[in-house]
This record gives sequence, C-alpha cells and structure tokens, in this order.
Amino acid sequence: MATHESSYRPTSSIARWLDARLPIPRMMHGQFVDFPTPRNINYLWTTGGLLSFFLGAQIVTGIVLAMHYAPTAADAFNSVEHIRRDVNYGWLLRNLHAVGASMFFLAVYIHIGRGLYYGSYKAPREVLWIIGVIIMLLMMATAFMGYSLPWGQMSFWAVTVITNLFSSVDSIIPGLGTRIVQWLWGGYSVSGTTLTRFYSLHYLLPFVIAGAVGLHIWALHVAGQNNPTGLDIKTSSDSVPMTPYAVMKDMFALSVFVLLFAWFVFYVPDYLGHPDNYVEANPLSTPPHIVPEWYFLPYYAILRAIPNKLLGVIAMFSSILLLIFIPWLDTSRVRSAKYRPVYKWFFWLFIITVVALGYLGSKPPEGAYVFWARVFTAYYFLHFLVIMPIVGVTENPSPLPRSITESVLGKSGQPVRVGAPAAPERR
Amino acid sequence: MASHSAGEHSRRDFIVVAAQAFAGVGAAVTLWPFIQQMNPDASTQAQASTEVDLSPVKEGQAITVVWRGKPVFIRSRTPQEIKSAVDVKLSELSDQSARNDDLPERAPATDLNRTKKGHENWIVLVGICTHLGCIPKGQNLSDARGDFGGWFCPCHGSHYDTAGRIRKGPAPRNLEVPPYAFMTDTKIKIG
Repeated sequence: MATHESSYRPTSSIARWLDARLPIPRMMHGQFVDFPTPRNINYLWTTGGLLSFFLGAQIVTGIVLAMHYAPTAADAFNSVEHIRRDVNYGWLLRNLHAVGASMFFLAVYIHIGRGLYYGSYKAPREVLWIIGVIIMLLMMATAFMGYSLPWGQMSFWAVTVITNLFSSVDSIIPGLGTRIVQWLWGGYSVSGTTLTRFYSLHYLLPFVIAGAVGLHIWALHVAGQNNPTGLDIKTSSDSVPMTPYAVMKDMFALSVFVLLFAWFVFYVPDYLGHPDNYVEANPLSTPPHIVPEWYFLPYYAILRAIPNKLLGVIAMFSSILLLIFIPWLDTSRVRSAKYRPVYKWFFWLFIITVVALGYLGSKPPEGAYVFWARVFTAYYFLHFLVIMPIVGVTENPSPLPRSITESVLGKSGQPVRVGAPAAPERR
Repeated sequence: MASHSAGEHSRRDFIVVAAQAFAGVGAAVTLWPFIQQMNPDASTQAQASTEVDLSPVKEGQAITVVWRGKPVFIRSRTPQEIKSAVDVKLSELSDQSARNDDLPERAPATDLNRTKKGHENWIVLVGICTHLGCIPKGQNLSDARGDFGGWFCPCHGSHYDTAGRIRKGPAPRNLEVPPYAFMTDTKIKIG
C-alpha cells in the first residue's frame, strides 16, 4: 500500500490491545482516513464511493427479496407479483433492487468514462484497470441472471438469446456449441431448471464482486488515485487526507445521486424496464421486439450489426475484452486527455459512438438502423485499435503543470482568482 | 539427509511429483460431478415422442406443437408455396445442408430432402431460429412471413423460405427438420 506516515493513535486500552493482535482499525485508518488523496480530484472521482454504496444496497435488498422469491418456473412470476403487491414494503424493496441495478450501471459507466478520459489505466495502474474490467464483466453476468428471475417474457427470451450465443461455437467445432448450451440450460430448452441455477449464481456473484472490489481498492491504494492532471502526488501539498475531504465530497455526490435513484424508485419504477416482462414467460411465443436492459444496448447493437452469427458474438465479446488491453494500446506519454488536444476530440467521438450504439440497439434490426450500427461498430473498434495507438504517438501534448499544487494554485503558490478585476497573468 | 545438486533427481522428488499428480487427478475427478450435474438428466433426456393429428389442418394453415419442450411448426403448404420452394437453385442457399434429422449430414437442402416423400405438402420444422433461439413468426396467417413467404424471425431479422431454409439475415443454418414419420396419411409421430 502507498506509504505514508500513519497517524493512527489507539486511545483506549482495548484499542491498544487489538492493535497489537489484529490491527484492522490501523489499516482502516491508514487506507480510508489519513490516506493521501490528490487535492484536485473533481466530482467524477466520487463514482467509486457511489459504486460501493450500490453494491452494498443491491446485496441488502437482494437478500431480503430472496426471502420471498420462489425460483421455480411455476412460481417465479407469481412470487415477484406477490412481492410487489402483498409483502410488506415489497413494492419498495423490489423497486430499489430493480432500479438499483440501473443506477449501478449508470455509475459504473461514468466511472469507466472518467478512467478513459484521464488515462487512469496507464502505468502503474494497469492491474487496477484490468480488475475493473473483470468487475464489469461480473456485474454484467449478475445483472443478466438477475433479469431472468422475474420469469416474464423478456426474462425468458433474454436468457434464450444470450445462452444461444454459445451455440455459435458449433461453426468452429460442430456439436460442441449445442453441448455447451444444453449444459447451461440443463435440458433442450430454457426451463425451470435453468431458472433455478441462475438464481443460485445470481446470489453468489455479488459476493465475488465484493471480493474483486477489495482487490480493486487494494491496487488503487498501492498506486494512489489518479487526478485530472494525471500527475503523481509528489509533495505533501499535492494531497489532502481522504477523511474528511474526499469522504465529504463523496457523501454530497451520493446524496445527489440518491435523489435521482429515489425519483425513479418512487415515481417511475418501471421506466427503465419493459412492459413485456409483466407477461409470464411463454416458451412458444417470442415477443415481436426483444431488447435487453438499457445498459446492454450498445453491445446488443454490435452483436446485431454483423450478419454472421459467430463473428457477431466474437465482436460483442471483444468489444468488452478489448478494454483489458487499453493500457498498452494507448501510446501517449501523457495520462490526462485534458492535455491531449487531439485525443480529446476522439474521446468525445467515442462517447457519441457508444451512445449511438445504445440507441441503435433499442431499434429493430432493419434498414438504416443496421447500416448505422455497422458504421458505429466499426468506429468503436477503430478507436481502440487504430486511433489510440496512432494519436498517442503523433499528437503534441499541451504543456503540463509541474505539480498538482501548481495546477490548483498557479505558479506563484497563490490561489488563482477566477473573475478577478484584473485578469490573472497568463503563463 | 544427503544434499544433492540441482538437476539431480532424488527419491523425494519422485514422491513429490507422484503425490502432486495423484492429488491433481483426484481434484479433476472430484470436479466432474459438479460439472456433470448441470447437464440434462435422464428424465429430461427421455425422448418423449409426440403424435400429432393433421386432419384439422387445412391447406395454407399451420399448427405449432410441443416436442421436447421445443415448438414444432407444421404447415400445410399451398401449391404455390411448394413451387416457390422447389424452384430455388441449391446455389442460391446460404446453408446447402438439408438439416433433416432423418437424413445423413451431407444431404443437400432440396425441398424433397426437407419433406417426406408422398407428403410434400407438409413441412415439419423445429420452430427455433438457428441464430439465437427466438421463435420465428409465420405460423398465423396474419404474421409477417419475411421476404420469402416462409417464416421471419423478428429478433434479429432472419428470413426463412417456405421450406424453412435460411435465405437472408444472421441465422447460420436452415430450420431443423425433427425426426418424424407418417403413421397414417393424417397422423405423424415426432421423435
């Protein structure tokens, strides 16, 4: 862990006794109280705290929902309705859990976007970044299996479509894909058997995520946090203690984010869902228009953009796995896009691409939608495989401040006065 | 114990390797039940066959029955539908294999190989899109049947012709023809 002088002083005899045996309070103090945090981190750096909150909230609401849910094909749909209508506060708990999943993904996408913009994946944070990608994959698996549990039409057909992705292996080794899919299903089609095993894994994976988050924070606290300048902490004036500075900022951001969360939960709990999922699963009828939850739409657009089944599946999975290699695909010496005048534009073009893919993923796969999905899919891969390596080498970065302190206080060490009568001297 | 230089193999090295190998094999064997429990069990595998009475199905109509938990499409084709399927050249098909469980793997995807001799008006198909497992539209007369008059999968836009062969879209294979036989002229047994 990053080395800094410990300010932990056990005050009671019990604390001293524990400190000599299992110094957990000392570790917590060192990692979360006096841990040096860059003084210039902005509100995008509150997303990590937000994500910890949502992981905890999903686990707590999930555990209580599990007390009322029945994971069988015959009872699942009705038990969710039972939760919504009969169980005391069941409507609230169910809405918190369902909307919470969306909020979790919203926060994680902002978190990842911040990492991409400020170059938080660059050395020495590669392992930190890769653990993050693994956490995102685990979140996706968890969300997907969780979505199957209400056993509505969308649940059933989402499971059918996504598990069938693995049957594309048949075009490499005939028969193997079918074997894999039947192994996942426990039968020849998606059935109650499939539902029960998904329920088991949906309960397990959040705890795996919690473990991975532990590693993520560990790796973060070895390298220290990145910040908008992308510079390392060099002197003590570059940092402030995590508590109260960063923690209070996290708390404020959390309060604002929870307002949005609460608005969805109390006013439009089903806005992010799909009405077809209030029709019980019917294996003999596919809804006319299958779409995944909003947070999977960009990947779904990539899957459908490619007319070949196997290649579509490969493209969809590589669109995520590609993220693992970003630390090496980005050739720039400079971390933060704030000082990268060319890359900055490509970054926003990439964000537009992801949003556009999300929109196209929600549309039926025909006509102009397919064409544009192909254009944006191509750009998605171009961004990482061509633009990132080339721009990193050819671009001439803007001058960097000499330190985090200088970026905040200016060269003189005095605070930069914004809107002062006489414009501050430009250097 | 006598010391020995690196690269020399002692009896202790042998015991270590043997013990590791034993533990490794044991671990792999123990893992197997945990993987195998997820596969379809015997009760699922028991291939229940389904008998279907075709007499109520008029020309141009279709019914869907369930076999092994999967929908099976049975359509009584009109002469025009049969003609449009027969007239297709093999070279126009993206999947040229018959995909008929009663025929060998290499059988070409002619209309004849997709139906039963003497009953060419009947087409029997597993009604699951070979792309990602949706149920294609086309069983109801009011359904969209795609560009080739057979079935259309709304999920990702695969078009099947009147013999259930993939003609356009992302699906890699023709709709599967399940194993079935005509018991009488108006009765089939699937499976």
